[in-house]
Amino acid sequence: MPDLLLELFSEEIPARMQRRAAEDLKSLVTHALVERGCLYEGAQAFATPRRLALHIAGLPVHQPDVKEEKKGPRVGAPQQAIDGFLKGAGLTDIAQATIQTDPKKGDFYIAIVESKGRPTADVIADLLPGIIKSFPWPKSMRWGKASGEQGALRWVRPLHSILCTFGSDTEVPEIIPFDVDGLRSGDITYGHRFLAPTPIHVRRFDDYVAALEKAKVVLDTDRRKAIIVNDARDLAFAQGLELVEDDALLEEVAGLVEWPVVLMGSFEERFLDIPPEVIRTTIRANQKCFVLRQAGSNLLANKFLLTSNMIAKDDGATIIGGNERVVRARLSDAKFFWETDLKVKLEDRLEKLKNITFHEKLGTQYERVERIATLAQDLAPVAKADPALARRAARLAKADLVSEMVGEFPELQGLMGRYYATRQGEDPHVAAALEEHYKPQGPSDGVPTDAVSIAVALADKLDTLIGFWSIDEKPTGSKDPYALRRAALGVVRLVLENDIRLPLEAHKIDTHLIAFFHDRLKVYLRDQGQRHDLIDAVLASGQQDDLLMIVKRVEALDAFLASDDGANLLAGFRRAANILKAEEKKDGKSYNEAIDLHLLKGKGEGEEKVLADVLDVAARHAKDHVAHEDFAAAMKALAELRPAVDAFFDKILVNAEDPDLRANRLRLLASFREATRAVADFSAISGG
Amino acid sequence: MSDSLSDAMNPQRSFQALILTLHRFWAEQGCVILQPYDMEVGAGTFHPATTLRALGPKHWRAAYVQPSRRPKDGRYGENPNRLQHYYQYQVIMKPSPANLQDLYLRSLYAIGIDPSLHDIRFVEDDWESPTLGAWGLGWECWCDGMEVSQFTYFQQVAGFECSPVAGELTYGLERLAMYVQGVENVYDLNFNGLDGDDKISYGDVFLQAEQEYSRHNFEAANTEALARHFKDAEAECKSLLDFGNKGEGRHQMALPAYDQCIKASHLFNLLDARGVISVTERQSYIFRVRELAKACGEAWLRTEGGGA
Repeated sequence: MPDLLLELFSEEIPARMQRRAAEDLKSLVTHALVERGCLYEGAQAFATPRRLALHIAGLPVHQPDVKEEKKGPRVGAPQQAIDGFLKGAGLTDIAQATIQTDPKKGDFYIAIVESKGRPTADVIADLLPGIIKSFPWPKSMRWGKASGEQGALRWVRPLHSILCTFGSDTEVPEIIPFDVDGLRSGDITYGHRFLAPTPIHVRRFDDYVAALEKAKVVLDTDRRKAIIVNDARDLAFAQGLELVEDDALLEEVAGLVEWPVVLMGSFEERFLDIPPEVIRTTIRANQKCFVLRQAGSNLLANKFLLTSNMIAKDDGATIIGGNERVVRARLSDAKFFWETDLKVKLEDRLEKLKNITFHEKLGTQYERVERIATLAQDLAPVAKADPALARRAARLAKADLVSEMVGEFPELQGLMGRYYATRQGEDPHVAAALEEHYKPQGPSDGVPTDAVSIAVALADKLDTLIGFWSIDEKPTGSKDPYALRRAALGVVRLVLENDIRLPLEAHKIDTHLIAFFHDRLKVYLRDQGQRHDLIDAVLASGQQDDLLMIVKRVEALDAFLASDDGANLLAGFRRAANILKAEEKKDGKSYNEAIDLHLLKGKGEGEEKVLADVLDVAARHAKDHVAHEDFAAAMKALAELRPAVDAFFDKILVNAEDPDLRANRLRLLASFREATRAVADFSAISGG
Repeated sequence: MSDSLSDAMNPQRSFQALILTLHRFWAEQGCVILQPYDMEVGAGTFHPATTLRALGPKHWRAAYVQPSRRPKDGRYGENPNRLQHYYQYQVIMKPSPANLQDLYLRSLYAIGIDPSLHDIRFVEDDWESPTLGAWGLGWECWCDGMEVSQFTYFQQVAGFECSPVAGELTYGLERLAMYVQGVENVYDLNFNGLDGDDKISYGDVFLQAEQEYSRHNFEAANTEALARHFKDAEAECKSLLDFGNKGEGRHQMALPAYDQCIKASHLFNLLDARGVISVTERQSYIFRVRELAKACGEAWLRTEGGGA
């Protein structure tokens, strides 16, 4: 069975796009082949900075033959219909068709049309140009002379050559010939840009990988990653150091080299005065280098690891020297920023926030800080924080935005605030809050647990949400430019994971925003595996502005429904609700009205009297328990209804002949329905 | 290679020799060697030899040094790396030749960067100039972890598709020279390649200017006058475009109008450095310059140079 080898050789592909592009190439080509009947045994795609490669193993030599039956007109149909049929089926004479007899419709013609499968190589030659021309790069470009023409080929960067061979291991593979915008496919590739630039003839995947390896190209990204990380660990170990692992950086670096060579550089020890996060950020963001720490400790070493793409003649001495120069310059800047920043107290920076617009319609950062400070102070009691500390922390929370360091490295916001606050002797809770109030940044980020941090984090997020709601900038569909969903999820997590009671209405959150919180809460609970119908049932049972209580109610409901009593009560509820639904529709009125006790006493039967009696007690108890937030007890109170409900349905005919009696029984069922609403809207609970 | 050169002409010894070597190299590739544009610009891209010549079907190859002014980057001569006035070496080739990367690497070799000793990399960097209504795809070119050039395939300029696409190379000359000369402070660069009393350093040439212009940019420039000049340049640009617009025929005044666009852009940069532009105003200034650039690009496409 033959294999396909395809390589698209270009100028440097952005690291962040390589993996996805390889996957796209694989799925586009394999789907197109399968669609044309060419099944395969296995496929693998690869990417380096300069190439995408695809190997598909075990393809058929030919597409399978296809036999198709074409149904024609009945025997004796007008000539016109017969001619049309012949033409469509590719026949010259009606004698070539067979006649089939159908007991109902009589005799009619059938043509067996056989199409021979084409050679797979031809199929591939036909489909590849289209895939290449419409390749889904996130951003693509035109180049060169051809870019003056309409419909010129677009690629991520200029595409230089295409290698495409097809054949089994027992034969010399053929080149699959095709042409994309003047670029002809062939069997040539190129090795490392500097170490092996001459053309290489390739036959098939095995010798391709080997030839590239010889030409200083490691084709597989994961293998490059493994080489980098192993060499990095070894180099670190030899110096008594440990690599500070960084997966995102590793992935990026592996996309910047075809032949990784890890080298160690160093910087002056005096730079170790700078906070370690700053050193790491500087070296990582600007230089794409790894930092190292002393084995078994958190102290950074004055060393770094760079991943070059070169086996240099001087064993890398020049490369290391150059990188050290840049690292030194960067760290000098960082040290300068750090020392300059320490000269100005955080509170003295606040004036500058007046020059930063938070949002055109929501004023400056300064005004925002004022709002957050007030809000944090108000929220302090619910978070069990000292209001003065919460206010202080909130006032300083954004001061580091106008520091030199954060100006240079925005990703250090918060962290720098904490360092500067610690240095100027702020309360440790305040200092921590400056960093932690941004948290949680997403579903997997940690939630602060310190009371002051919680108060400021809540204030920060609520102010954002209230503000954008007030100017009608709400997320729509996939658009959420101000990350409001994340802010709301942040509030949800802060509240739930810290067991905080936060009555949203009391903090001027309007019903639309509360509904937005409900949506986020649902997403959050669903991710935790909670049934969303139970959440709906609780939310539908009335005004719910306390997220923690909603969750407690959902949990109680879940436990209740899992019990026998709960399941039976639910069944009883459904029966009552169904009867009511039908009868209320029939009568065109609701039976949510007081039971006629006189009538009940006079004409009612035993079971309905009992139900009315226990219903009254259970409803009162359930409400009391809900008021005390003991949801489990409220459910239990409702569960007491079960025997009475069961007996009622057993013995009582709701649709009594006496219309008054019937109405009163419907009222009774309606009160039962109403009583359950004290804990949840049972009608929102899905069946089964 | 450099052994036979005198120190004055050795690109690893003298700043000017670096420039002369690049001139020589790109002249051999068929580029016209132009002189800097005689106006204040923020980058070599603003030179009409790039901005306007990138538009239209005509083939074009040029190289030049462009003194570039970034008023906000002034540091009173105290920062070893940052300047409010520096040199960019600019190469533009339209259509972009298939071997442009290779030519670039050979130009590095010419100034003494031997690829067998260094680690040269093309790292993704998409270029965009909001004021010029331009964007392109390309890379930062790294040498041993340092960004030494920008490499861009222009896709759009002044809001128009580039057809064909031009390739643009921009070398940060000071940074490159610091690397090949092995100095840590830009003011220590050897400008003329000589030693002792005969040596003239970058600091000798530019330090005083950096100090004076930093004062000017941050403290002294009259912001009211600047704002007024901005309006004047904007109005003048529009009126020149009107004047040169002769209905159906070719446009007759694209270049003088574009000068006013350049002027407006620089005035905006000065106002920005003086810190008198709010965030919202900033957007509106950028928009206004872009509108001028677009109108000039449109006019250029209706001139002979633009292929009309």
